[in-house]
Amino acid sequence: MINLIINDQQVSVDEGTTVLAAAKKLNINIPTLCNHPDLCVAGNCRVCSVEMKGARTLIAACAMPVSEGMEIHTNTLKVRNARKHIVELLLSEHRADCTKCYKNQNCELQQLANEFAFGDHVFLDLTIDKKYNIDRSSPSFIKDDSKCIRCQRCVRTCAELQFVSAIGVANKGAHQKISSFHDRPMSHVVCTNCGQCVNRCPTGALTEKTYIDQVWDAIYDTDKHVVVQTAPAVRVALGEDLGYDPGERVTGKMVTALRQLGFDSVLDTDFSADLTIMEEGTELLTRLKKALVDGDKNTAIPMFTSCSPGWIKFIEHKYPEFLPNLSTCKSPQQMFGALAKTYYAQKRKIDPSKIVSVSIMPCTAKKYEADRPEMRSSGFKDIDFVLTTREFAVMIKQAGIDFRNLEPSSCDSLMGDSTGAAVIFGATGGVMEAALRTAYEIVTGREVPFNNLNITPVRGMEGVKEATIKIEGCTPDWKFLEGAELKVAIAHGLVNANKIMRLVREGKAPYHFVEIMACPGGCIGGGGQPIPTNMEIRQKRIDAIYSEDEHMVLRKSHENPEVIAIYKEFLGKPNSHVSHELLHTHYVERDKY
Amino acid sequence: MENKGLTKVDLIFEKVDPQEVLTKAFKMTNDNIIKDILDSGLKGRGGAGFPTGLKWKYTAAEKEPDKYIVCNADEGEPGTFKDREILDQVSYKVYGGMAIAGKAIGAKNGIVYLRGEYRFLLPKLMKELESFHKLIDEIGYDFKIRYCLGSGAYICGEESALFESIQGDRGEPRNKPPYPTKSGLFGKPTSINNVETLVTAMMIVKHGPAAYNILGTKDSRGSKVFSVSGDTPTPGIFELELGMTVQQFVNEFGDGDTKAVQVGGASGFCVPRKKFQNTIIGFEGVPTGGSMKLFNSSRSMYNVLHNYLDFFAEESCGQCTPCRVGCQQLLKGVEMVKKGEMKSTYLNELVKLAETMKVASKCGLGQSVGNAFRTIVENFREEIIY
Repeated sequence: MINLIINDQQVSVDEGTTVLAAAKKLNINIPTLCNHPDLCVAGNCRVCSVEMKGARTLIAACAMPVSEGMEIHTNTLKVRNARKHIVELLLSEHRADCTKCYKNQNCELQQLANEFAFGDHVFLDLTIDKKYNIDRSSPSFIKDDSKCIRCQRCVRTCAELQFVSAIGVANKGAHQKISSFHDRPMSHVVCTNCGQCVNRCPTGALTEKTYIDQVWDAIYDTDKHVVVQTAPAVRVALGEDLGYDPGERVTGKMVTALRQLGFDSVLDTDFSADLTIMEEGTELLTRLKKALVDGDKNTAIPMFTSCSPGWIKFIEHKYPEFLPNLSTCKSPQQMFGALAKTYYAQKRKIDPSKIVSVSIMPCTAKKYEADRPEMRSSGFKDIDFVLTTREFAVMIKQAGIDFRNLEPSSCDSLMGDSTGAAVIFGATGGVMEAALRTAYEIVTGREVPFNNLNITPVRGMEGVKEATIKIEGCTPDWKFLEGAELKVAIAHGLVNANKIMRLVREGKAPYHFVEIMACPGGCIGGGGQPIPTNMEIRQKRIDAIYSEDEHMVLRKSHENPEVIAIYKEFLGKPNSHVSHELLHTHYVERDKY
Repeated sequence: MENKGLTKVDLIFEKVDPQEVLTKAFKMTNDNIIKDILDSGLKGRGGAGFPTGLKWKYTAAEKEPDKYIVCNADEGEPGTFKDREILDQVSYKVYGGMAIAGKAIGAKNGIVYLRGEYRFLLPKLMKELESFHKLIDEIGYDFKIRYCLGSGAYICGEESALFESIQGDRGEPRNKPPYPTKSGLFGKPTSINNVETLVTAMMIVKHGPAAYNILGTKDSRGSKVFSVSGDTPTPGIFELELGMTVQQFVNEFGDGDTKAVQVGGASGFCVPRKKFQNTIIGFEGVPTGGSMKLFNSSRSMYNVLHNYLDFFAEESCGQCTPCRVGCQQLLKGVEMVKKGEMKSTYLNELVKLAETMKVASKCGLGQSVGNAFRTIVENFREEIIY
């Protein structure tokens, strides 16, 4: 233990602790900006500068490790003068257009200005001489260099958490900026649209591309029939942007709010998640049979899940030789989209050309996914607009809805029923667990041998999780799997996806089925979720997801009555010809950079 | 104020027999080598002035078996060109110094980080290196030196940015602690020393610490190589004892009309005529890595200041707020004052900003911008305003 004194108060901490963390233990807040709990220490903004006795200069609390007998003061005149200057300097290179900015009132620079730099500013406005670049090329997000304060959180996120490095630091001195390979537009580089950078940007330099106005227009167009689907991860995080604590489930009120916004039909992505399990579970078992029984060397094992569009773009760029390993299933969002303008339209006798299909997602990559040219199986654009959880909260506020006091309600029918297996899609390991609950029962006729169907080995925040499920007591059709040990792996965060892909490339991956989510924590940590994000918040959202699952009546995808109905009346059976036309897709090889 | 007067010294360029010195060094214990360097009072000759003996002592104390000795030959400070001469004339002594340092700290690998603009020196340097490796081999010491070239960034003269550059990353200074002696190149214990420091170390081994210690003052022991330029009839490289006043320096090198002397380059201090008499050139007064530039009354100190600020705005790595934005604010600020678009009192705000940069910047570059700014504005305010 190291003993030090901060603001005349004693504190003891482990060796290696930073001054910032030691101060936190004493409930002393030192302001920070470039620091983020999910990322490595940068120490570049200098906002956390504090005085250390005996030092020639101020020290950065976030980067300085404690030492025995250290004496720190966090609010002396020297510190206050430096802090005010530093915040003013940051403001002087930031195009402060606050009243027009999407991050107005949720901006860390605004907060610092409010706390440390209110009153007359001394320095010159440097933005008037600079030629800034605003990159709107991606369908998922906007990169506005004029608001960038060069904290490099986005760079560290893209490099450390996602192993993509689509953006980096370019040039030096006055010309230093955050940019891409050869300054190419973000739509033309290896960016996966995962939006993790958007989640961690302290200002409005990185924000999602919003489609709120287009959705309002569709809703108020009497000619159009607007259907909406909401992803599982939205219902456990929406509250955070509406005054709730992280981890509060607001599903019932969320559905009521959607009705009050004016959507013609409030349906559920969870329906198509259950559908995905039917399609993907069947696909997996078919592949296993081809590979293990028929000895088909061309059947690609392990099979990877394909519902995370950030992951899809990642593998398309970095490991294109393994595209055959991807499940051909579309994501729940896109399956829903294709069915909304075919099955739903037919059943409800609505002209599909008048249907506007909106999805609300915890994700920014879904905006890109909806725009992929092949996502037109219905004959129209399957998904017209994708809104993030954040945009959804904005619309609720715009409509003047008093969210807290809403009566809960349930989704409309046809594509609104769901099970616990569907809702756990939002957590890392959820797709795997849902798939196992169904696949195991198909093969053995019995439920998965886990207490209350909770397959805990696939749950949790570890980057790469592995599990082995022994298959015993198979029904006659599945005798070839008797005694087999199904090896599965789950990865979340693309840096962990990369770890698994490395093994696959080296031929050392012993798995049959792998679930990969682009975002840390799975969809609950998605690029479209409320800001801020950290491990604690994501854990609370995950707890809420599993709580939601436990409280549902039906907890296995194959028990969903609307799923049973759609096969009976429309699709036939999983992987049928109709299923393949509407619910399956193909992938594209892309450049390395 | 200890004043030694202006005395020429011939130590750095003195011809020696490397075999003789190195054989002597390799018979000494590591501790004795370090003790000699400590007793000599030698401080880093690149400008920062850290006691060399301490640096070697700390690195030697690390248990990690993989260590490095790095020679900082980036020589980027404007007006410094003495390492160029040292490398050109006596590179065998640079190598010798590195080998001795390697022995003292326990490093088998040495790297010379050579400023990219000195690429033209390489053929001769590599030829000397070949001879050196042969000699070391004969003596029986396991030590190899290789070259690494810079690419034209001033910031890569900063020790941790230099390591980043060698490692193939952006030349951005690191958070310290940990310091290089504990975690330097590739995260291993590293002693990074200036070209001149290493040569001096070899000469201290040859002549003994006492001979070095009697030169200079209490805080600035020994002698230094200076590169003199500007308004002087005798520009060039000169080796002088430390501890002279600026007046004595100007008496020797001035053209009779010296208005100011910039000691230490763009990151150094501007000494005006009225302060020549009581300013010592050394670590207790105005330190320098060697750059000495004289300005006579025909020079505009506004132009000089603008040149330095423009330099820093360009060369800053851009990582930290006080330096990246501060340099731009200082540059644009003095331009606006000169144009009359900002009141002259704005200079007072800029002086305060320079102070913030000094205490809040992440590395020496940002911390030093204020030196030139403050000393020029303080002593030549009218040239900035009118």
